[in-house]
Amino acid sequence: MKLNSKVPEGPLEDKWRNYQLKSRLINPANRKKLKVIVVGSGLSGAGAASTLAELGYDVQCFCYQDSARRAHSVAAQGGINAAKNYQHDGDSIYRMFYDTLKGGDFRSREANTYRLAELSAPLIDHFVQQGVPFAREYGGTLVNRSFGGVQVQRTFYARGQTGQQLLMAAYSQLYKMIHAKKVQMFTRCEMLDLVVIDGQAKGIIARDLTNGNLRRFAADAVVLATGGYSRVFRLSTLAIGCNGSAIWKAHKKGAFFAAPSFTQIHPTALPQSSDSQSKLTLMSESLRNDGRIWVPKRQGDTREANKIPESERDYYLERRYPSFGNLAPRDIASRAAKERIDAGYGVGRLKNAVYLDFKHAIEQFGLDTINDRYGNLFKMYQKITGIDAYKEPMMISPAAHFSMGGLWVDYELMTTIPGLYAIGECNFSDHGANRLGANSLLQASVDGYFILPNTINNYLAGKPNAQVPSVEAPAFVIAEERVQAHIDRILKVNGNKTVDHFHRELGKTMWQECAMSRNKSGLVEAIAKIRQLETAFWKDVRVTGHDKEVNTELEKALRVIDFIELAALMCTDALQREESCGAHFREEYQTKEGEAVRVDETFLYVSAWEYNQGDFKLHKEPLHFEFVQPTVRSYK
Amino acid sequence: MNIIFKIWRQNGPTEKGELKEYLIEGLTEDMSFLEALDYLNEALVLKGEKVIAYEYDCREGICGQCGIFINGRAHGPHDHMTTCQLHMRSFKDGETIVVEPWRAASFPIIKDLIVDRSAFDRIIEKGAYISARTGTAPEANALPIPKLVADKAMDAAACIGCGACVATCKNSSAALFTAAKINHLNSLPQGKAEQHQRVQHMTAQMEAEGFGSCTFTGACEVECPEAISIANIAEMNARKLKANLLG
Ligand SMILES: Cc1cc2nc3c(=O)[nH]c(=O)nc-3n(C[C@H](O)[C@H](O)[C@H](O)COP(=O)(O)OP(=O)(O)OC[C@H]3O[C@@H](n4cnc5c(N)ncnc54)[C@H](O)[C@@H]3O)c2cc1C
Repeated sequence: MKLNSKVPEGPLEDKWRNYQLKSRLINPANRKKLKVIVVGSGLSGAGAASTLAELGYDVQCFCYQDSARRAHSVAAQGGINAAKNYQHDGDSIYRMFYDTLKGGDFRSREANTYRLAELSAPLIDHFVQQGVPFAREYGGTLVNRSFGGVQVQRTFYARGQTGQQLLMAAYSQLYKMIHAKKVQMFTRCEMLDLVVIDGQAKGIIARDLTNGNLRRFAADAVVLATGGYSRVFRLSTLAIGCNGSAIWKAHKKGAFFAAPSFTQIHPTALPQSSDSQSKLTLMSESLRNDGRIWVPKRQGDTREANKIPESERDYYLERRYPSFGNLAPRDIASRAAKERIDAGYGVGRLKNAVYLDFKHAIEQFGLDTINDRYGNLFKMYQKITGIDAYKEPMMISPAAHFSMGGLWVDYELMTTIPGLYAIGECNFSDHGANRLGANSLLQASVDGYFILPNTINNYLAGKPNAQVPSVEAPAFVIAEERVQAHIDRILKVNGNKTVDHFHRELGKTMWQECAMSRNKSGLVEAIAKIRQLETAFWKDVRVTGHDKEVNTELEKALRVIDFIELAALMCTDALQREESCGAHFREEYQTKEGEAVRVDETFLYVSAWEYNQGDFKLHKEPLHFEFVQPTVRSYK
Repeated sequence: MNIIFKIWRQNGPTEKGELKEYLIEGLTEDMSFLEALDYLNEALVLKGEKVIAYEYDCREGICGQCGIFINGRAHGPHDHMTTCQLHMRSFKDGETIVVEPWRAASFPIIKDLIVDRSAFDRIIEKGAYISARTGTAPEANALPIPKLVADKAMDAAACIGCGACVATCKNSSAALFTAAKINHLNSLPQGKAEQHQRVQHMTAQMEAEGFGSCTFTGACEVECPEAISIANIAEMNARKLKANLLG
């Protein structure tokens, strides 16, 4: 199968307009006859569901939480990027496009990345109109700050609750359309399989989490908006329920999986403090605007931070990357922290952290300003650690955070299964090998509000006479039977180990071998271990209770076995890509100074994997850089 | 640490529930409260028992899903905190901790510690939005909103919808939740056009859902993870009066 990215003709700045001019339209009277399933009600899913409903489609929307308002988008703290140039500091769509492309180490598609930047400014207008209380100057204009990896101020924010405020806006639009009876919402309802008929996506099998009943839903098109899968590492900044099941099931039904191993490791999480920990808490990256990162110059220094004089502190980011300093992109900042920690300079009880110090910022701007900027983060830090970060530096540590990989999609955000779309974090598209801070809320939102509602017509218009299949069709019956058999199989094992045991083991292997740095022998070994873990799961897992009730343990088990299978693909992908780029750092490919070495001659493509009976077949989408020449990504 | 948990077990909405006692040993002070429950659940699985059903998702204090009643207080012993941010260092070795679901007629129990808070969504459905279509917005800075107004809107918008205000109120009133949302939108210029309708429809739905009325004890403000002020309720009442007169 040849991958067709469907990038439109013409100069970069005209592509999206050209696409819209040529894409097919559907008359409003016909739209209401067309049914669309949207799985996920985060920023991307809620945006898509409400906009599709506004357009007149008949929409069904799903989420596993008790309310759409709790999708993981809610947890984003830092902000959302847009090229508005309000600060008059030289920002533009082109600069944002370039920063994003370069930030992703030239492993994303030019046209998609440009469109992301292009649609950012109207998105802010849109959110403001919906009542998002973004931070403002006294006179009433919008404020911006800068975020990791860029030198302009293009990040809009709403205190430390940007994600919540944007999601509340999207969720309220969704409920407006629910009220208008244009969207049917299914909360506590988890998609467990995709139904494909004649090669096209036609529906889903979902489990009602309140009573365990399996249900069939049919539609003319299916949109997945199910978020990131970085809980494959178990310890991550993601919500506990985040999973890869929907996209994994779609992958097994024929959707290609792109760049699975590109995982962003965020530099500013709270360090792990014990083995029993269930997740890592993120401290917003915005802290790096004013906080300075350092470790003691002496290995194993056990003095309290405040007792270590200036001359004995190593501000290693400022030392290694003088022009970006503490604002170096996430992959660089995370790897530099790991390097110092591994070399024996880590701080904290488990020696797994570095300092993030506000002393200088407080001296320069005063306590009030710092409190105004980050007060809620300082409070949160104190709640969790018991430490007052106004008085002593915070301790931070890298943590798995974002999946740049996901289902392969073309310019229309359609996967390799016609009629199946993937939007938001669960597709691979715009970030390349590394996502710049504050670009993800943006991508999720523009995918859902602006792009998908324009591109889905093009597919649906081609099916004037198609009918929503009956849920009694054989494909639905078979899919449901398989899901039931899978559940029964899990419940029957009745072994000696908990689901969490398997998740912890998986997480340890993935963190060691497929996170911030990778090497050939480690990855080969990891794949073998993951296969063993898979076998062990089916022999040894124990899930109590039954399936026709609320069974949170069963929910977990279903997700963890998918993570195990997905982990094998992630390691396969990391093994295959013999170069270092963005978040993917292959130890074999680095300079003497420890900087990444990209191999453009061989790897200038998106890896798109096809599922093949438990094995994976590689397809390549060559990346053409028509407008920008890939350069060495340096932040020195 | 060793802790005795007394936890509410109830198999389904219509079944009878009871407090059951569990001793767990070997907890550490660093564990969050939910991690202690996870730990207990793993032990239950290994004994072949059904796990205790409770809710959580982000474990960052913001999704609002992890509402539990602990020793008679919503989200546990501290003011302004979610259950997921509570750590075992807040308890003493050997202590008995009583864990119950939110208790409110409008939040029916689904199982064990899980309740149905969809009444909140139905209040939102009745007007907690600005009726603007996607893609029609004017330039954002064309409508300046003074910082003081934006900050005030943000103070109210901070509500995470956890339901602690309802659970802690002796009347099970949803006034703080509803007021927060109304004041967020009604104080912004974008929300003005629909302000009267919004307050009327949302408060009517709040009553229809069976939430009790507010008697200003202030308990909700104390338990609210975001410390949303009860002044919001007074403001909502004033807005409602005005809406009834002008609306
Ligand atoms: C702690 C944290 C902080 C962040 N901060 C920022 C930031 O400051 N700026 C930024 O740009 N980005 C940030 N990000 C990233 C950003 O929040 C996410 O990438 C983005 O919100 C993802 O949105 P989404 O719509 O794709 O998915 P989500 O918001 O995760 O939504 C997924 C939806 O899918 C549903 N779902 C999943 N699986 C199923 C299934 N099988 N069946 C039914 N429903 C399902 C869920 O219920 C949910 O509704 C942050 C991420 C984290 C973890």
